[in-house]
Amino acid sequence: MAFLELINIHKSFGASVAVENFNLAVERGEFVSFLGPSGCGKTTTLRMIAGFEKPTAGRIIIDGVDVTDTPPNRRNIGMVFQSYALFPNMTVADNIGFGLKIARRPASEIRARVEELLRIIHMSEFGRRYPYQLSGGQQQRVALARALAIQPKLLLLDEPLSALDAKIRASLRQEIREIQRQLGITTIYVTHDQEEAMALSDRIVVMSRGRIEQIGTPFEVYNFPATRFVASFVGTLNLIQATVVDAAIGLVTVEGQLVRVARPLTQHRSGDAISLAIRPELIALNGQVNGEVNRLSGTVEDVTFLGSIVRVRLGLASNKLHFDLFNNPQLRPPQPGSSITVQFAPEACLVLGEEAASAHPISASAAQAA
Amino acid sequence: MLKRFWSWFWFIVGATYFLVPLYATFDFSLRARRGELSFAAYANVLNDIKFVESFWFSFQTALATIVISALVIVPTAYWVQLRLPRLRPVIEFFTLLPFVVPAVVLVFSLARTYSRTPLTDSREGLWVLLVGSYVILSFPYMYRAVDTGLRAINIHDLTEAAQSLGAGWFTILAQVIFPNVYTALLSGAFITFAIVMGEFTIAALLAQPAFGPYMNRLASSRVYEPSALAIISFALTWAAIAAIQRIGQGAQARVAGPR
Repeated sequence: MAFLELINIHKSFGASVAVENFNLAVERGEFVSFLGPSGCGKTTTLRMIAGFEKPTAGRIIIDGVDVTDTPPNRRNIGMVFQSYALFPNMTVADNIGFGLKIARRPASEIRARVEELLRIIHMSEFGRRYPYQLSGGQQQRVALARALAIQPKLLLLDEPLSALDAKIRASLRQEIREIQRQLGITTIYVTHDQEEAMALSDRIVVMSRGRIEQIGTPFEVYNFPATRFVASFVGTLNLIQATVVDAAIGLVTVEGQLVRVARPLTQHRSGDAISLAIRPELIALNGQVNGEVNRLSGTVEDVTFLGSIVRVRLGLASNKLHFDLFNNPQLRPPQPGSSITVQFAPEACLVLGEEAASAHPISASAAQAA
Repeated sequence: MLKRFWSWFWFIVGATYFLVPLYATFDFSLRARRGELSFAAYANVLNDIKFVESFWFSFQTALATIVISALVIVPTAYWVQLRLPRLRPVIEFFTLLPFVVPAVVLVFSLARTYSRTPLTDSREGLWVLLVGSYVILSFPYMYRAVDTGLRAINIHDLTEAAQSLGAGWFTILAQVIFPNVYTALLSGAFITFAIVMGEFTIAALLAQPAFGPYMNRLASSRVYEPSALAIISFALTWAAIAAIQRIGQGAQARVAGPR
């Protein structure tokens, strides 16, 4: 039996449906992220787990106990908020010890636990400060320590890094993951940042308009998107318009240039207009991919230097194609205005709108080949 | 340069408008003895047992009003902001009623409503009625001050953070909400204090030995003492405002949020 189970969860606010038919099983010690755009229902689901919202229908089971009707203060769940939500009238130590004080633990135990957590978050000397005397990153670390102090069954984090700058976000992200692994606590993390979700999670739940689009490891979600939404939301995609030439052998034409996809287009007929999706990193300059490849020629419109990679925008007649090259000081990247040919494997092409996209993945081998 | 001149000009005009009457009152209060300036009127006021008694009575009444107001209004304002934000305009309308309904109407309504209850049968009962009236009078000041204080903190997240840590409603109110609206509560409390200390109509109609009726009696029977009493009241008010600022500085800094 899973440690956390969400069974047929449904939540409506009046006529508006926020979450529907949500089913999820999370194992003990697992780190699961809810990923999706604003308004997709991820925070509402998290709040239902915390007990701040009651599901309109469905059950929430934690460690074998149905907590659907249990008030939030009796669920023993630690929560970290985007706004930190530290108590302004209390010092850092008092904030961390608050939950233990409520639980009427002995003062010596509270002191020891607070010191231990201050050590874990590397803020041992900050115990007597007030929240306003800390930076955003420090405040969020204190909020994390406060949530962990009560030794919760479950840790919930609601976009905890959104208010921080990029550098602190990256380091705190690492710190959260290390602490979670160290304590082995089951964690649910809500974010709209796909990079954050992929870097942190054992599994990702991609959500859109209150529904689960896909549940999988970061590798699966990125490389084997189950739906058109997941394909477009996770990672960067080139969307190009194509016309089916021979559906039986998966042959299409992109502005007069033939392209083969990896499987027959069973839902289309010759002459149908379709959308092809190709990840930028699966496209390479001509001659760099072995085996059967597709080739497209066009004019370089723009070259953007992004540090470790160089992103090139290739203009076909009406489609645009972005692809990435590793930065190499010894090699000159293509120059704007020049004509070049790029290539990609048939497996790199995802036909959007086809059912069971997972049967037609952007394959790992293609990713490696590119 | 010209702008600076006009700034000072209007400042001096304003200051004169406020300070000259004050100085005149003070000067007058010092002339109780013919041919010399003295604090005799102040001594007379401070030595009058009725001054002490009425002041102490009103002081206790003010404290009771403040405590009851705080206990009623903080949870109300908190709950309205947390769970019933749509009711905010309705509550704000209610806060205006004490300005619209004259005190004499209020006290007669209360006396009539509670005329056949123990509240109007005894001295203690009338005092309870007096405190109840003052709670109504202080409602606009206390509610708006507390409401503003609550808006300065993120009560939703603080409440949920406390709940997730195991706190119940009483603990949340006592340990999280009250300490964080302390400054706002204090400013409302001092306004309430000032209102109760000077209130005349309700106290007189309920025949209570309060400071307001005492000042009124003094004004009709003495010459210099009422001026001395006005200066004493003024000094007490300014002392209260200074206390608000002093106590509020530390508390306000703590709720200022992340830098």
